[in-house]
Amino acid sequence: MIKQPIYLDYSATTPVDPRVAEKMIPYLTEKFGNPASRSHEFGWEAERAVEEAREQVAALVGADPKEIIWTSGATESNNLAIKGAAHFYKGKGKHLVTVMTEHKAVIDTMRHLESEGYEVTYLMPETNGLVDMEKFKAVLRPDTILASVMLVNNEIGVIQDIAALGEVCRAKGVLFHVDAAQATGKVTIDMAKLKVDLMSFSAHKTYGPKGIGALYVQRKPRVRLEAQMHGGGHERGLRSGTLATHQIVGMGEAFRIAREEMATENERIRYLRDRLYKGLSQIEEAHVNGDMEQRVPHNLNISFNFVEGESLIMAIRELAVSSGSACTSASLEPSYVLRALGRSDELAHSSIRFTIGRFTTEEEIDFAIDLVKAKIGRLREMSPLWDMFKEGVDLSTVQWAAH
Amino acid sequence: MLPAYFDHNATTPLDERVLQAMLPFFLEHYGNASSRHEYGRVARKAVDDAREQVADMVGAHPSQVVFVSGGTEANNLLIKGAAARCQPSQVVVSAVEHPSVTKPAQELREQGWKVRRLAVDVAGRLEMDDVEIALRESVTGLVSVMLANNETGVVQDVATVAELARGVGAMAHTDAVQALGKMPVNFAALNVHAMTISAHKVYGPKGIGALVLDKRLDIKPQITGGEHEKGLRAGTENVPAIVGFGTACALATSRLTELPPKLQQMRERMDQGLRTMGAVLFGDGAERLANTSYFAIPGIDGETLVMALDRAGFAVASGSACSSGGTDPSPVLLAMGVERELARCAVRISLGRDNEMSQIERFLLALQGEILGLKRLVAVAP
Repeated sequence: MIKQPIYLDYSATTPVDPRVAEKMIPYLTEKFGNPASRSHEFGWEAERAVEEAREQVAALVGADPKEIIWTSGATESNNLAIKGAAHFYKGKGKHLVTVMTEHKAVIDTMRHLESEGYEVTYLMPETNGLVDMEKFKAVLRPDTILASVMLVNNEIGVIQDIAALGEVCRAKGVLFHVDAAQATGKVTIDMAKLKVDLMSFSAHKTYGPKGIGALYVQRKPRVRLEAQMHGGGHERGLRSGTLATHQIVGMGEAFRIAREEMATENERIRYLRDRLYKGLSQIEEAHVNGDMEQRVPHNLNISFNFVEGESLIMAIRELAVSSGSACTSASLEPSYVLRALGRSDELAHSSIRFTIGRFTTEEEIDFAIDLVKAKIGRLREMSPLWDMFKEGVDLSTVQWAAH
Repeated sequence: MLPAYFDHNATTPLDERVLQAMLPFFLEHYGNASSRHEYGRVARKAVDDAREQVADMVGAHPSQVVFVSGGTEANNLLIKGAAARCQPSQVVVSAVEHPSVTKPAQELREQGWKVRRLAVDVAGRLEMDDVEIALRESVTGLVSVMLANNETGVVQDVATVAELARGVGAMAHTDAVQALGKMPVNFAALNVHAMTISAHKVYGPKGIGALVLDKRLDIKPQITGGEHEKGLRAGTENVPAIVGFGTACALATSRLTELPPKLQQMRERMDQGLRTMGAVLFGDGAERLANTSYFAIPGIDGETLVMALDRAGFAVASGSACSSGGTDPSPVLLAMGVERELARCAVRISLGRDNEMSQIERFLLALQGEILGLKRLVAVAP
């Protein structure tokens, strides 16, 4: 008996891996010291755990532990990176570049900087969701100080070529920030090889706890930031505030597991995702959003034409999935990411994001396929638009009467 | 034998019941509270329930509770956020604030704000005359005075300061991080527009705090990117920590009648013992939190003494945890007029729920021994 709803929303958040929970709990209970307490073993043991976790995070991404700063999550890391760099380097220029499909944490932060007098270029991606290299080069100016491009998109799972983008930025003297919240444990990241200056990480997308993230801040060549949280001077003055040992230990362990298991796990996940895709692509007028090749194996985002989005989500409530990113699903706006790919409002509204993870089973995938097929069939039976489509009517030529 | 933990102002151990409340949200009810499916709804309800528990403890309305990652963030959010919404003028802070208040206040100077520090007397209390003078000197936009000091435990008359602040049209804020759970803390009674609290000082988890905010006060969010916390603080809600904070608050409220007197009794014995050893007690005579004893043995370096006490099985602190890496004497003590030499000898004992009188007695014996030993060393040196 499968537990319902079936969780296929791993990009919204992940369960904490039991091994991670086991490692965390002692730091909630007996080893509760404040890592900044320098005067007793309670503090020292907490500090040791923090530094071990820092090494584990650094190891997953090929960085030096000194380049890892703890934050409360990727949203904060994005804020710190973008505002911190923009303010520090404002003497060099006030132009910033990003992509229309970035997470709100980047987009909103950019908008705030605009209200402070910065100028931001929001690049449109290609219809497959990928950034075109020539278009990217073309928007960089002498007064551009920072570009921000996410490694893996949260809605459609496409993978940007940040190695190449980084080369372009470095050659033009532009700082390069990458939101890697959706990337850790899914794609290889090697900071030793990448020309990336700042990179944001989240724990809760990689089977770690919520409330903890990190920011990679390059040391060679050195990147400077204006701190956003001031106080006791923690994290070399870049981010003040008592470190939550248990959360940090959790993130470290989650990233250690990711490093060790990513390769085999991805194979299994790719098999499951491809199985899901094969099943769902049997449905007529099902359109995948985003490039299928340059995509993490966990993500399948499909629009089902001639089905009303809200009805669809209700109809498949035995599946915990997402339409639009979790962070904006309070409002019923069509996904701005899908619209940036050129999808109509209707297709954007009738999209479902399936994201698979460590605990997904083949049984769950097969159940999902059968359910979606059945429900879409039913919804379309009731849809006059579907009838018209089947009769060969070109819906774009129809004059709709207002009510 | 496990060392005795006397550093509760640095952090507190998690209450077992708080752990039990949190655990299901790691493994089972792991949904993103913003997700619209059942996993999300369960998480959302847990957040809402916890918000009520936190609000109840401080006599606020749940809509006034803004969850953030901790006390430092709450102080930063209020100071920078409130300042961003008005014309630069004067920000008034006491001379004994936590760095997470002083530093953001100093940052405001870059936007044209003037920072005015309020003097304290030898016992660490604000001088109300100086508060009035400060508010008359310059147009003041914001006043921030902590309810209880993390080093001395001295409690300030925040309600009066807030009234004076309101009288000149300034916003009033108090950092109540150390006070919560050790004395009654009531948002309305304190008369402030905003108040900072944190979970890990009340036997809750690290990594979560709140800014209790009069919603009529317009503040600029500091972490953007999503409509969480009514647009005031973006970022996926840390559901387990929020749940933990709520439970910790509910438990702390139920302890509020018996715990402070129990702590007071132990602290009085401590102070009595310290006095017989010739210790100077900082904040003596002022209203202090029931659990804090901040003292110095003249001529004995604080850092050295705490290390010796650690070896003897007692976890204490010299200065606050946040700055115990540095070698500078405590700014709080200096503001109280303590000589640098004596400030360097400072040691802080902060008791908690799990401490026993027998530990106090053992501590005093051990301390006496350490003092004699260290004095001998000092005497031998040429």
